[in-house]
Amino acid sequence: MTRLLLLVMVMLASGYAAADTAQPTENDPLAQSRAVKLSEQLRCLVCQNQSIAESNAELALDLRRQIHEQIAAGKSDADIVDYMVARYGDFVLYRPPVRATTALLWGGPALLLVLGFFVLYRVLRTRRTAAPLPALTTDEHAQAARMLGDATEHGR
Amino acid sequence: MNKRLLVPLGIFLAIAAFLFAGLSLDPREVPSPLIGKPAPQFRLAQLHDPGRTFGNDDLKGQVWLLNVWASWCVSCRIEHPLLVELARANVVPIIGLDYKDEPELGRKWLAQNGDPYRLSIVDRDGRVGIDFGVYGVPETFVVDKVGVVRYKQIGPLTADALEKKILPLVRELSKS
Amino acid sequence: MIPEIGQFALVLAFLLAAIQGTLPLVGAARRIPAWMALARPVAAGQFVFVALAFGCLAYSFVTGDFSVANVATNSNSQLPTAYRFAATWGSHEGSMLLWVLMLASWTVAVAMWSRRLPLEMVARVLGVMGLVSVGFLLFMLATSNPFDRLFPVPADGRDLNPLLQDPGMVIHPPMLYMGYVGFSVAFAFSVAALIGGRLDATWARWSRPWTTLAWCFLTVGIMLGSWWAYYELGWGGWWFWDPVENASFMPWLAGTALIHSLAVTEKRGTFRSWTVLLAICAFSLSLLGTFLVRSGVLTSVHAFATDPRRGIFILAYLLLVVGGSLVLFALRAPKVGGGGRFEPVSRETLLLANNVLLVVACGSVLLGTLYPLFLDALNLGKISVGPPYFDSVFAPIMAPLVFLMGVGPIARWKEARVPDLWALLRWALGVAIVAAVVAPLITGKWTPLVSFGLFLSFWVVAATIVSVRQQIRHAQGGMLVALARQPRAFWGMTLAHLGIAVFIAGVTLVKGFETERDVRMAVGDSVTVGGYAFRFDGVTDRQGPNYRAMRGTFDVSRNGRSIEQLFPEKRVYLSQQMPMTEAAIDTGPFGDLYVSLGEPVGGGAWSVRVYAKPFITWIWGGCLLMAFGGLVALSDRRYRIGKRREQALHGGAGVAAD
Repeated sequence: MTRLLLLVMVMLASGYAAADTAQPTENDPLAQSRAVKLSEQLRCLVCQNQSIAESNAELALDLRRQIHEQIAAGKSDADIVDYMVARYGDFVLYRPPVRATTALLWGGPALLLVLGFFVLYRVLRTRRTAAPLPALTTDEHAQAARMLGDATEHGR
Repeated sequence: MNKRLLVPLGIFLAIAAFLFAGLSLDPREVPSPLIGKPAPQFRLAQLHDPGRTFGNDDLKGQVWLLNVWASWCVSCRIEHPLLVELARANVVPIIGLDYKDEPELGRKWLAQNGDPYRLSIVDRDGRVGIDFGVYGVPETFVVDKVGVVRYKQIGPLTADALEKKILPLVRELSKS
Repeated sequence: MIPEIGQFALVLAFLLAAIQGTLPLVGAARRIPAWMALARPVAAGQFVFVALAFGCLAYSFVTGDFSVANVATNSNSQLPTAYRFAATWGSHEGSMLLWVLMLASWTVAVAMWSRRLPLEMVARVLGVMGLVSVGFLLFMLATSNPFDRLFPVPADGRDLNPLLQDPGMVIHPPMLYMGYVGFSVAFAFSVAALIGGRLDATWARWSRPWTTLAWCFLTVGIMLGSWWAYYELGWGGWWFWDPVENASFMPWLAGTALIHSLAVTEKRGTFRSWTVLLAICAFSLSLLGTFLVRSGVLTSVHAFATDPRRGIFILAYLLLVVGGSLVLFALRAPKVGGGGRFEPVSRETLLLANNVLLVVACGSVLLGTLYPLFLDALNLGKISVGPPYFDSVFAPIMAPLVFLMGVGPIARWKEARVPDLWALLRWALGVAIVAAVVAPLITGKWTPLVSFGLFLSFWVVAATIVSVRQQIRHAQGGMLVALARQPRAFWGMTLAHLGIAVFIAGVTLVKGFETERDVRMAVGDSVTVGGYAFRFDGVTDRQGPNYRAMRGTFDVSRNGRSIEQLFPEKRVYLSQQMPMTEAAIDTGPFGDLYVSLGEPVGGGAWSVRVYAKPFITWIWGGCLLMAFGGLVALSDRRYRIGKRREQALHGGAGVAAD
């Protein structure tokens, strides 16, 4: 129970990051969170499967430092992203840019969804007009009764 | 047969075709967005003569190569003999960019392995490297007479790449 | 000697698989009982030899026989024994052998537990599984032989990748492969049904428990991978939409659609073609995953060392197996129709909607994973598709699905009337909305996304309660008695759906409320995260069996009272000189505290990452609950029909031709 209370407090406290004696890697908490957000959006080119934020590669450290410097120099988020793309191309973006070549990528899921529900709609229409199953004959009724009787004998 | 039943097969075959194409591609290779654009501005101290500098404009009017290397880079050793040979042939000036390296170690390395560079410049903190979009050492750039980047070789130079891509390009650029 | 025995066993297994893949199928086509009867014993034989081969490789690893190239590349004399065993499947060749072992296991299981199936069906199913085996065994023998020898014999091995030296590594691949490979059973049943022309509700009933079991394994396998990445990689992430993660997730999505579609086919005899197609797709996606990991076509942390030859072989195999089965599907799928009518509002429709949403989700993941390859192959540039894309595309598709999940179990087959559904569900909807709005307010931080996530979670729980009450409303006896008498299939569904609710709650709460600090700490410094104070007490040297470590000590306290100590480590594994971060995690049912050492920054100070992750354990718990629900469902009595009753039924039925 105590653990639950404690963790609820965690959630309460998450809004209020208390001051501490450890030096943050960046002095301005707002800049720090901007830097983290930006570096989480950029792909590390050395490891290629981590963001710059996660990677411990030298290049990642250098680029994180670059980001800090640019933030300190007053550049906007968009400027910094453009800076990276100018040097490393679209590959560095975790979020693929919206362009003519990526139209199918971004529009694809919506298209598939529409297509899927359209097919569903058509199927439902045909189901509605399908012929009903033929009724059982008296013989078949008797057979069913026998089998069901058999079933109750042996349990569910 | 209901033609619609062939749709799954069609989709699969299309995907398979791409997968097949993918076998001959390298997903890790990041092409440079600098191709066709002016080389980034820089001015750095020289490795063997720290009092003097070299900048991107200094070889305007010539075609030149920028080779990114470092003393800690293992693959650089593989391509280095090719560079030395190329330098001996005196086809095109090669400028070395000593990337994120101790200048003393860089000088030692060149002394040990040969120095194909007309000169080398020191990029201690890697900033110029970032401007060039360097992400793996070694890399080599071809810069034309007006200072525009024309080609980037990712990874060590190979005899194949030199013969088939870089040297013909250099020749073509030198003519104009 | 032992490796040679292993090699020989593999060759024998290959030959047996070839027999298994041909004679029974011909026997079924030509009605030769002797050939059909061969299927079971030959399958058993193949299993014996594959197991023998696996045993030989494992033995070579455990005894450190470095003359075997695979052992030399992936093991080391200082590697602890448990990891030496796990290293058997730590490489491409070894994991292929594990794959084949799993396939042989499933095959022999099907051979054993199929007494009540007609011999013709059994022969075809085992035959198809034999064909699948043949391909993989040939692949191993031709390109990826784990028993290749190495001369001169090295004094010691290169060691198992330190990332893999972990209990999670021991269990994650076997679970995952059991799932991947398990879908081959559903696949085999489908292809057998297409060949034999018999595709009905009974076929669905036979397929269902096998499919559900494979799904359970895959769920656990994916969950283990996610959990392992979380505690092993050191930065608190648990899902990265990495190509190989996607490669395991796509068969899961298709498999989930399949188990729901099988429900419709079993209960109502409809959508047989669609179910068959889904079964083919699920296994095809498993095979695609195998291709993606081993061909070098996509970059991934999971990718094994790549070799284009292997890629071509697997692709050719894919073309044969998937292409072949899809051609068979186009030719032999029964005409649309069959089974009864149902109204636009009915359980059938809801299950179909479930299928549409799952398939679209699966398709979207496939699109995002392969898109960079598409563009690159067409020379249209190089992009990368990362988590932002998948997150923004996947969640909107899943949300309606989860909502419908509450309605489905309550809707009746054939016809459900909206007023009835509304009457049953309106209080559940109300409760869910109120709880979702109020709960985050209590914590002082309200965002629409957190509220929406909680709404979905509460909705599923509330709707599930309604469905349980509905189920027992006519039962006699007390509530507990009535609950106990419900079929296990019902309980399985209920538990699995609740598992999803728990999972969603976990994801929502973690993403909404997690906190992180990335700080530079000197000895004695303190940082507060989420109400806990973490004091850095320095770093000491430590020697492990095959690594050297710098172990940090962190004192965790709350309100000035110290409650525990955490010891994150930074290890360097001796053999490969590879640095590794071992995070220190305090796990609890209501969340984790997570500390990870970064780099030394001079003067005894270190960069440190500290996280508080509330309710993250609910993510793994929800997955386990889902898998448990699946297990309960497949143990339903109707799948365990005894021999006596079987005979009685066959005697009474007469009409149901075998």
